[in-house]
Amino acid sequence: MKGGFLFLSFIFCLNASGQEVGLVTLNQLYDRVDHGRDTIYVINFWATWCVPCVKELQNFERLSNVYKNKNLKVLLISLDFKSKLNESVLPFVKRNKMKNEVFMLNEPDPQIYINRIDSSWSGALPATLMVKNKKRKFFEKGFTYSELLNEYKNFK
Amino acid sequence: MKTLVALSLFVWSTTGLAQSGNLKPGTSAPDFSLKNVTGETVSFTTFREARGYIIVFTCNTCPVAKAYEQRIIELNAKFAPIGYPVIAINTNDPQVSPGDSFEAMVDRAKTKKYMFPYLFDEGQNITTKYGARNTPTIFLVKHSNEGNIIVYTGAIDNDPEENKSDRINYLEQALSAVQAGKDPAITSTKAIGCSVKRKRST
Repeated sequence: MKGGFLFLSFIFCLNASGQEVGLVTLNQLYDRVDHGRDTIYVINFWATWCVPCVKELQNFERLSNVYKNKNLKVLLISLDFKSKLNESVLPFVKRNKMKNEVFMLNEPDPQIYINRIDSSWSGALPATLMVKNKKRKFFEKGFTYSELLNEYKNFK
Repeated sequence: MKTLVALSLFVWSTTGLAQSGNLKPGTSAPDFSLKNVTGETVSFTTFREARGYIIVFTCNTCPVAKAYEQRIIELNAKFAPIGYPVIAINTNDPQVSPGDSFEAMVDRAKTKKYMFPYLFDEGQNITTKYGARNTPTIFLVKHSNEGNIIVYTGAIDNDPEENKSDRINYLEQALSAVQAGKDPAITSTKAIGCSVKRKRST
């Protein structure tokens, strides 16, 4: 029994700290969203160097934890420089034991990808996109937990 | 032909999808009267000989702005002597971002030996007027018979990390066009940056 518990905790640790960070193109991201049926995707764009982003990440972790059985998928897309993956992003994700899926955006040209994410976006971080089927809403702002919860509930 | 199509698509994507925030190229650049780190007040008329201005909305604290700081210093060194001085404006509210207080600006300008004005935007009114939402954001302004006209807005180049072999210097290209009496091919660009730290509404 004790062995079983230790084994479970071991698996849990791996899960919590063994988080990987993959690269994702916008086509891959939108493809996934298109196949998501009735899932609500809350896609947050952030960077380890962005103070308000780092501050609000816990709110996204909390939202997905509270609504984990409710067709909600939170995706955290880092816009750190790709060269900082091993130096900054991975250590950050591990240190904060982040549970949501984390990716780095794999797109070369901000003149194209910023407008493809939303044409109203200036490029300022943080930013968040909510998508469900054909419905989408974009936010160029940071969220407190209650603001995020409200927007999520309104969007559902 | 393929290159031409790609190029026109590129130009379309950079100029066609207008930014809803920034004042648009072709519109007039609002004048200002803001306190410099030296204590003096600076406006367009401070530069009597200027043919235009490179307005940089920036701050002390944003990592992207810091990555561009040396390039901003060099832009002034290169273009102020031929009539296009840099005017840097701090966008951030010092209560929300204490590292962007007037005192911190004075320190930064001294440490980095800024040869251009670094202005404190009390109340963030000029940042709001220009519509700058992230740092750093550039407005290239041309002095003409019709007044001060914005000819380019957006990023300095497409290479924040300074590691691209095919760097496009948007601002310098726009400046070259203006000097040649032409309209820039690319009049607005976007870049990932730090959000302007707005005063909290209470």
